[in-house]
Amino acid sequence: MNALKKLFGGNTRQFGMIFALVALIVFFQIFTEGRTLTPGNVINLFNGNSYILILAIGMVLVIIAGHIDLSVGSIAAFVGVSVALAIRDWGIPWYAGILLGLALGALIGAWQGFWTAYVGIPAFIVTLAGMLLFRGFNQFVGKSNTIPVPKDFQYIGSGYLPEVGPNTGFNNLTVLLGLLGVAFVIFSELRSRRNAQALGAEVPEGWVVITKLVLICGAILYATYLFATGRPGTSFPIPGLILAVLVIIYGFIASKTIIGRHIYAVGGNRHAAELSGVQSKKVNFLVMMNMAILAGLAGMIFVGRSTASGPFDGVGWELDAIAAVFIGGAAVTGGVGTVIGSIVGGLVMAVLNNGLQLLGVGADLTQIIKGLVLLIAVAFDVYNKSQGKKSIIGMMMKNFGRSSEIGPDETTSTKEAIAKGA
Amino acid sequence: MTSLDTHSDPIILEMRSITKEFPGVKALSEVSLRVKAGEIHAICGENGAGKSTLMKVLSGVYPYGSYEGDIVYQSEVQEFKDIRASERAGIVIIHQELALIPELSIMENIFLGNEPTKRGVIDWAEARTRSTELLARVGLRDHPETPVKEIGVGKQQLVEIAKALNKSVKLLILDEPTAALNESDSQHLLDLMLGLKGRGITSIMISHKLNEIEQIADSITIIRDGKAIETLDVKADGVDEDRIIKGMVGRTLESRFPDHEPKIGEVFFEVKNWNVGHPQIQDRMVCKDSSFFVRRGEIVGFAGLMGAGRTELARSVFGRSYGRFISGHIYKDGKELTFRNVKQAIDARLGYVTEDRKTLGLNLLDDIKATTVSAALKKISKHNIVDANKEFTVAEQYRKSLRTKTPSVEEGVAKLSGGNQQKVVLAKWMFTDPDLLILDEPTRGIDVGAKYEIYGIIQQLANQGKGVIVISSELPELLGLSDRIYTIFEGAITGVLDKDEASQESLMKLMTSARKTALPSGNLPEPSGQGPTQ
Repeated sequence: MNALKKLFGGNTRQFGMIFALVALIVFFQIFTEGRTLTPGNVINLFNGNSYILILAIGMVLVIIAGHIDLSVGSIAAFVGVSVALAIRDWGIPWYAGILLGLALGALIGAWQGFWTAYVGIPAFIVTLAGMLLFRGFNQFVGKSNTIPVPKDFQYIGSGYLPEVGPNTGFNNLTVLLGLLGVAFVIFSELRSRRNAQALGAEVPEGWVVITKLVLICGAILYATYLFATGRPGTSFPIPGLILAVLVIIYGFIASKTIIGRHIYAVGGNRHAAELSGVQSKKVNFLVMMNMAILAGLAGMIFVGRSTASGPFDGVGWELDAIAAVFIGGAAVTGGVGTVIGSIVGGLVMAVLNNGLQLLGVGADLTQIIKGLVLLIAVAFDVYNKSQGKKSIIGMMMKNFGRSSEIGPDETTSTKEAIAKGA
Repeated sequence: MTSLDTHSDPIILEMRSITKEFPGVKALSEVSLRVKAGEIHAICGENGAGKSTLMKVLSGVYPYGSYEGDIVYQSEVQEFKDIRASERAGIVIIHQELALIPELSIMENIFLGNEPTKRGVIDWAEARTRSTELLARVGLRDHPETPVKEIGVGKQQLVEIAKALNKSVKLLILDEPTAALNESDSQHLLDLMLGLKGRGITSIMISHKLNEIEQIADSITIIRDGKAIETLDVKADGVDEDRIIKGMVGRTLESRFPDHEPKIGEVFFEVKNWNVGHPQIQDRMVCKDSSFFVRRGEIVGFAGLMGAGRTELARSVFGRSYGRFISGHIYKDGKELTFRNVKQAIDARLGYVTEDRKTLGLNLLDDIKATTVSAALKKISKHNIVDANKEFTVAEQYRKSLRTKTPSVEEGVAKLSGGNQQKVVLAKWMFTDPDLLILDEPTRGIDVGAKYEIYGIIQQLANQGKGVIVISSELPELLGLSDRIYTIFEGAITGVLDKDEASQESLMKLMTSARKTALPSGNLPEPSGQGPTQ
């Protein structure tokens, strides 16, 4: 027990959500008699959820800044159908289609950002309106038809890393990617440890670091093995690759850049941020705009995967993305949350969905279970914080993103702590 | 209620040796208060002396058990658990910030939480009759169904009193009742209080306006530093304003300030004819034609009572972060500054430490190191990427030099005590390297030891040739720290005194009257085309 505490930074509960994810995977692995951790299923799971996870990346920034975005599903659908139409009717190449989609997302985001940041209408209202608006636009421009997209465009939604080099029995690029991932994790952990030592900050003992690295690298290598040994023609999926790149970029932005700091500052205390020279309107505008761009990307990936754009694409995505963010430890009141936490939260939902499907549980029961999981996960987090303990995702995420927790003490009432932690 | 002559025991309320502590601060220390039935009893004291805390103890805001001492009310020891308990006993407090709901009507506000019902349904007919009657008693002629947001502050105050009367109040507590009122509204309220007294209602009134106290109070209790200093009988003792001021400030100045030899240079910062409107209320001004200047290495104090417009002045100068800018000029180092937001003000090397750390000054979710660098992220960043090592180093430096008590700079600021939080905020602004640092109530809610350290930091900044403005409600603090002190009353600067000529009495006089003495202006070279300074 003591060892665990040291490993996870003083409190085993900080590790709760990752632990829950692992437990969930093990549970389904056992009860589906090994059908969960097969290459085919894992690849399928990533393919089928990458667009939700991409939305969760944008959504966590919106929620950290203290807003919400209900329009992402509609925006995704509108961008998807517009790109499909442009490719079909104007004959533009697939890459021009993608650029067009991203530009359209940016335009929509600027529209919503304008109302939210500069007119001061709550994002809930702006995006509720957007949800109706862009769903309507989707069905208007697409005439509620299904519009197919060409093969090369489908690659971003259903492609895989190609086979290159000698026949090793594995997909070589996937293996390379996995090894790069391991190298990156080890390198960054050691570097941050060295830096901390140089500055005279406290560092965990050697064995703690080694155990942590072994666990993380083991997980990466096992995932690599699964992806690299799928049936011929499959390997690490392109949407997964896009997701991985985005997680790295946005994780970096959130934790290491000035704009990232400003997003947390605005969400944590807008007045204090403004009196420190943060231009909160600009920050709000940017997070709303960024969300719409990512929604456009998610929409295009989905269209690529399903080979066509339809009038009901993206229905309910906003709720999945928001759920992922809150399971991942973000606070309704803003100021708290991490990109990686939201991804873990999204994966918990995805694994749950997938496992229940494999077990043959009906859609009705699946929804009930997902609803309860959301409620319990957040309740657990709130309870922990009200007890002065750290957030579920907590310290484990320190290298990936910022964790911000407060415990009650003489200057913060328990109520405030709960409000911040919810 | 019978008149006080026939009452056998004339003391309606006795508070015995009330002691109330907050973490690190003793807000009240053995305060005793005796209020006679049917009188108007004024409580005087400087800001932060403990008046409001005492009233919160009395009204159950701080429940029984959270303080020491006894409350004897109508000859019985009371143990109020909350406000409702004290209200049931007939004690009603009307706070400085009115507790009315703007969207509801006068009538709905009067009966809020106390609605007359008939078989579980609100009896509006009854409410209407009763509210008409109550409004007549307080002399308010508006229709009971007028929304509260449509009537002025003066009338809202009357609605509060009507609400109290509806609860069959025996002891009415008014916290700064006339602070937001104009002359005629104030007079009406004072007359009403005398009228209530005639009906046998006892009032306790907290006020800074000494002339009003002199006018209507029967006795006065003076509180200073959390202790009851004296109780005066207005008629018998022949009390006047000077006598009250003497009681309020009559404390000796011990060596509560580090030694400091000011090295004052030339005028480098000047604000001229600064006019700012209230952010919401159309024709209300928060700064009226204010002009002031600061010299290099000088600590300039701003004295004024709460609500006089000190913070409003500072914030409107600091990147127009408060109010509607109307007119005025800011000059620094001979050049006019025309910034429109805080970022530009910081870039022009101004800094402002807010009076309210928790709601305006700090992101309580942040840790110390993130807070320290939060106003000057550019200085530790390259290509907009924050250098975490530099961040840590900077925070460590300030932790050491300011002696912030914390296990590590990675600790959350929410976990620090007030004094240490303030040091982190100071570090944050020192790291922006301002030429002019404005400190708004820099020692509020901070214990004595930490105060001394913060005074030392302020003096150090001045020694480095920076200009420092200190806004404070504590006159001894201003007198001990400042080289020059401006006084503000109702949004206007009413005077400026050098360290040698300033005393608590002279400041208090300037702070409580609109009298305007001629103000010397700084001699900054003025660009042509500007109007003459006054």
